Amino acid sequence: MATIIVVTSGKGGVGKTTTSAAVSMGLAQAGHKTVVIDFDIGLRNLDIIMNCERRVVFDFVNVIQGDASLNQALIKDKRCDKLFILPASQTRDKDALTKDGVQQVLNQLKQDFEFIICDSPAGIEHGAQMALYFADKAIVVTNPEVSSVRDSDRILGILQSKSYRAENNMPPVDEHLLITRFDPARVIKGEMLSIADIEDILAVKLLGVIPESQAVLNASNNGTPVILDEKSDAGQAYQDTVARLLGDDRPHRFTEAQKKGFLQRVFGG
Amino acid sequence: MSIFELFSRNKEERSANVAKERLQVIVAHERRARNAPSYLPAMQNEILAVIRKYVEIDNDQLQVDLNDDGNCSVLEVNVNLPK
Repeated sequence: MATIIVVTSGKGGVGKTTTSAAVSMGLAQAGHKTVVIDFDIGLRNLDIIMNCERRVVFDFVNVIQGDASLNQALIKDKRCDKLFILPASQTRDKDALTKDGVQQVLNQLKQDFEFIICDSPAGIEHGAQMALYFADKAIVVTNPEVSSVRDSDRILGILQSKSYRAENNMPPVDEHLLITRFDPARVIKGEMLSIADIEDILAVKLLGVIPESQAVLNASNNGTPVILDEKSDAGQAYQDTVARLLGDDRPHRFTEAQKKGFLQRVFGG
Repeated sequence: MSIFELFSRNKEERSANVAKERLQVIVAHERRARNAPSYLPAMQNEILAVIRKYVEIDNDQLQVDLNDDGNCSVLEVNVNLPK
């Protein structure tokens, strides 16, 4: 049975697409046939993060409207043959995503795939609601920052009241918190919300903590999901995150500030 | 903390604590509003209109909260009257 996972946040720019790319690649590398869908109609970006922007011929909306078959629109990743990308439309109106249309595409994908990752657009409008509506699990991406935490709480409210599971009295969407752009050194200085603070406010179980890392920008520059940068802290943190998603119990890393040398401690930096 | 920070450090409260307190207040408020019955905003406006028949108060001087205690719901109405 396929699992539908939405990657959502409310706020923009917190790392939804970075996370969708990394998690879907991680699941595929672990041997699970995975498809990642870009729900950001009109502003597609998953394709450029996954380095397949020049291979897009048909898109999600073409499939919903019957202009192309699913197989014509799916792009097979060149690095991992278990991973497929369904790009968003760049031109059409976002109302092209209908509940019935999305459900039909998801049902078709369920036949073939173990994991369906839905990369949500920012906001709480139609596109974001469609991305989360059919989800079994949700990864709520949150930065340690007041507006992001507040918006995450709004999205949790929508998951609990306006998802298919909520509307049909089924077991609720399984919610997971992913903290990104975390900087333990600033937490020690009292300049950043701690992991415990965010968990306390949102009351959602913690799936992972991705440290603020230069590797993320490098990865997007190259169109390589950061999880493939195995030497980087962010890449390793995403590997742990995927392992936990698959039921592995791993301790959280990169949550403590690195010890500074004597000179650094005296002179700062 | 470096030597430089030791001297330049001001006594302001750590901003992370401020952030946490502000978030706890607003998130709790928004959760109550989210779970509140749909008639609550209209009722709040009517209560406000009744008070204004007698005393002129601003919108933010009236707070209406519905708290669910499990067995019963408690409607909490707080009105700040000007002196």
